[in-house]
Amino acid sequence: MSNNDEYILKVEHLKQYFPVKKGFKKTMLKAVDDVSFAIKPGETLGLVGESGCGKTTVGRTLLRLYEPTAGKITFNGEVIFDTGEQYDENGKIIVDANGKPILGEKINHKMLPYRKEMQMVFQDPYSSLNPRMTVEDIIGEPLDVHKMYATKQERRDRILELMEIVGLNAEHAMRYAHEFSGGQRQRIGIARALAVNPKFIVCDEAVSALDVSIQAQVINMFEELQEKLGVAYLFIAHDLLVVRHISDRIAVMYLGKIMEIADADELNENPIHPYTLSLLSAVPIPDPETARKSKRIVLEGDVPSPLRMPTGCPFRTRCRYATEKCAIERPILTDRGNGHMVACWNK
Amino acid sequence: MEQFKKRQFLSSQIDLSKFNADSFKKATDEEKKQQDVMGESTTFFKDGMKRLRKNPLAMGSIIVLLLLIVTIFVAPMICPYKYSDFTTVNGRRDGTATNLAPFEYSEREMQYMDKTGKDLFPHICGTDNLGRDYFIRVIYGTRVSLAVGFVSAFMVLIIGLIYGAIAGYFGGTIDLVMMRIVDIIYSLPDMLIIILLSVVLTQRLEPMLAGTILAKLGTNMISMFLVFALLYWVGMARLIRGQILAIKNNEYVLAARCIGTKNSRILRKHILPNCLSVIIITTALQVPSAIFTESYLSFLGLGIAAPLPSLGNLANDARSSIMSYPERLVVPAVVICLIVLALNLIGDGLRDAFDSKLN
Amino acid sequence: MSMENKNILEVKDLHTSFFTDAGEVCAVNGVSFNLQPGKTLGIVGESGSGKSVTSYSILRILAEAGKITSGEVLYKGEDITKWPEDKMQKFRGEKISIIFQDPMTSLNPVFTIGYQLEEAILLHTDKTKDEATKRAIEMLTLVGVNEPVSRMKQYPHELSGGMRQRVMIAMALCCEPDILIADEPTTALDVTIQAQILELMKKLQDEMGMAIIMVTHDLGVIASMCDEIMVMYGGRVCERGTADDIFYNPSHEYTKGLLRSIPRVENMNEKLVPIGGTPINLLNMPEGCAFCPRCDEAMKICLKEKPDELKIGEGHYASCWMNIKKMYEAQEDVTNEQ
Repeated sequence: MSNNDEYILKVEHLKQYFPVKKGFKKTMLKAVDDVSFAIKPGETLGLVGESGCGKTTVGRTLLRLYEPTAGKITFNGEVIFDTGEQYDENGKIIVDANGKPILGEKINHKMLPYRKEMQMVFQDPYSSLNPRMTVEDIIGEPLDVHKMYATKQERRDRILELMEIVGLNAEHAMRYAHEFSGGQRQRIGIARALAVNPKFIVCDEAVSALDVSIQAQVINMFEELQEKLGVAYLFIAHDLLVVRHISDRIAVMYLGKIMEIADADELNENPIHPYTLSLLSAVPIPDPETARKSKRIVLEGDVPSPLRMPTGCPFRTRCRYATEKCAIERPILTDRGNGHMVACWNK
Repeated sequence: MEQFKKRQFLSSQIDLSKFNADSFKKATDEEKKQQDVMGESTTFFKDGMKRLRKNPLAMGSIIVLLLLIVTIFVAPMICPYKYSDFTTVNGRRDGTATNLAPFEYSEREMQYMDKTGKDLFPHICGTDNLGRDYFIRVIYGTRVSLAVGFVSAFMVLIIGLIYGAIAGYFGGTIDLVMMRIVDIIYSLPDMLIIILLSVVLTQRLEPMLAGTILAKLGTNMISMFLVFALLYWVGMARLIRGQILAIKNNEYVLAARCIGTKNSRILRKHILPNCLSVIIITTALQVPSAIFTESYLSFLGLGIAAPLPSLGNLANDARSSIMSYPERLVVPAVVICLIVLALNLIGDGLRDAFDSKLN
Repeated sequence: MSMENKNILEVKDLHTSFFTDAGEVCAVNGVSFNLQPGKTLGIVGESGSGKSVTSYSILRILAEAGKITSGEVLYKGEDITKWPEDKMQKFRGEKISIIFQDPMTSLNPVFTIGYQLEEAILLHTDKTKDEATKRAIEMLTLVGVNEPVSRMKQYPHELSGGMRQRVMIAMALCCEPDILIADEPTTALDVTIQAQILELMKKLQDEMGMAIIMVTHDLGVIASMCDEIMVMYGGRVCERGTADDIFYNPSHEYTKGLLRSIPRVENMNEKLVPIGGTPINLLNMPEGCAFCPRCDEAMKICLKEKPDELKIGEGHYASCWMNIKKMYEAQEDVTNEQ
């Protein structure tokens, strides 16, 4: 891996399992199962998928809000977390004679210094701001925690500067979050994330809860901030049109695994994975003419429960092209040219 | 031509002559802004107080309670009698002053007043069978009852808050063990424990407290506080744990962790302020329940010991002479009812005003 | 007269207010529209635009503080706002039904799917218990629930979100109502499930011929489902017309802004043009046009006077001063030429 420094964030074979008790039996919910991707500085990677596919868990695990079950996270050329498993070229874990994985060095850095570099913007502008704190205190909290000011005045100036960056009126610094509208609250959340000058921000459904007319304001702001500050985003959303608009590259997730990663335009014009195909065709296009003409590929059935994951390819139960091989072996992501990676046996 | 037709069709609906070019000038940003003002800034607290002030029952109760508190502090300064002393006339015990009706004077007092021409302070509620002024005894009883109520509610709050906060925030095994302990305490019969504790504590505390300031309060009172604190914190702990579990899942707590905020700060800044309203309400409702329990413990003869009166043991003493002197039961009973009702109404009022779930 | 009878539902100048501590909130402010049998009307708007309150007002299922203050709701020519509550109760479910955004909260968690469906059928028809069971299974099959017989014995929490919404639709349609109101029916669902439900609703409309009022904020859903569209803002109707009118010939500044602000296939690589400002505060309504504080084209008159509804074309109405301005300028031009 010589080109490590090319990426701001690199995730390899990330796994996040949650123990679930069912009566007396304990099973593992594989929320994120062997996910790998990388993000360049100043780039936006869109992460789409249906609810329960693990996209939110990916974001939270990256920021170590959950302790990852396994995998390796490299940030800015530094390995900040590694459970030490090693993988061969086919993505199989390397094991010794007894079937136990051969472990390399384990790394688990303290997160506090990295919290200044990686931040998060949350979905719900209502529950993500503490109702008992003023805007000034909310935006000031990261400054307090990381001791980023010498004097009170310095703190205040920085807060007002941040409020201006996200387009909030400085007069409103002493107000409480509940007095603002959804869009303004989301701006407060963004200002809080920006306070520490991060290089990478996870936007977890950051515009999903907003009204259409406000969504555009916030999307534009994300784009402007990226141009100005050069931050990289992992933009998690379920709305494909929004993701497509903001992202440079898009990853499609299904049941804890990445099905396809490609450049945004490439993915939309030339989707390969059957799941991506049906996802794209299911999006209602805001244009009556197109809606009348297009024929939807309606996927049958529901997403299986992650507790009862199908063997092999997770999508095979709803896939039109599924063969026997899909049930036996899980396809791994392979490059189909120009960085268009697909995990499918048939296509 | 088509354009013209369309225009004709449109303008037939409306009389354009009433407009002038000025109407269609662009509005300035300033003018637009005037239309779009943000509402008055209110904090959660101000908002709640506004609602509380609109609640006549709660406001009435607050006034009643304040009056009561003022009375129990001011009355002993005006009234010359002591709760533990027999009525005296000119420094000598007045044996005739027993079982007086309200506002009645004893023979000796009347003689004294006739002789000196001075007016003696009336026995507003009469006297008891030992010749003690009943009014002042009720006043002191109210003091004791209120003290028991507030102090034990406060102690319950402190223990419950710390215990519940730790169990709720850290969760997992810690939570499991701590909550099972709570379950065990919960499963013990209240009354039995209270009786046992009050008996044991009173005996044990006596030598320990001797000579300290606390001794002035009386071991009885202290043991009463401890009994309540040791028994009733479990309910508070459970409630606070539940609150914290719910608040912990809010995204703002996750956001704080994401920033790198330490656990203690998260608890202090994010979690506790958000369950404050529930804590205040429950504590407010805890006070009357403690007063009530103290009253019936005293009534059973297990509470505050003589000569210190509490509303409960006043009522108990009045029991034997209920037929001849019913007012001695009625007065403390009415005061208990007033206090408990007022506190309950205030608690409900606070809940209506501050509980965000109800708004 | 014949024109009148063509509409199954006519709403005329409907006003609905909520009486709160902070004062009267006028959530629906003079809404009028017509619904033809078998057609789909989309009501689109952001939160606080009054789109849901309009549909609740039609059914008279407003929260306690809400009240219809004036206006008429004519069902086949009869004003249902004046009906007594018991008549209304019979009317709901039998002639007009509603499905909500969150099927989990609208199904009772302690009863089985079958029981709730049968209840709904027994309430509105004089079928026997066995007939009701048969009808319930028939309905479940119709809405595409697999293994309907065993599903009847399941509880709502055992079903997935999409399945629950199907059950809700089955329940709403079991008495073959004339009108189905769908209040954000797919907002809580994933795109692939949303596509299933939308297809299902279209199919059922073709088979059963009911009219649908589709309340949503999603312009994509609106475009693919609706014959006619009504755009609402701040409790008022901005514009109403056919889907093509609204999407290809928007005549209200808000509609135009809305269409510019959503990501579409055509503007993927361009910047979006958002509508500025903040959403309307219903407690603090502007004197003139509700949208004027956020409108780029706002004029002096917009601040002072509410615009009247103007007929733009056949069945296409808009309330925007810009249309009148254009007319005024054209007239000026003509006078100048002369």
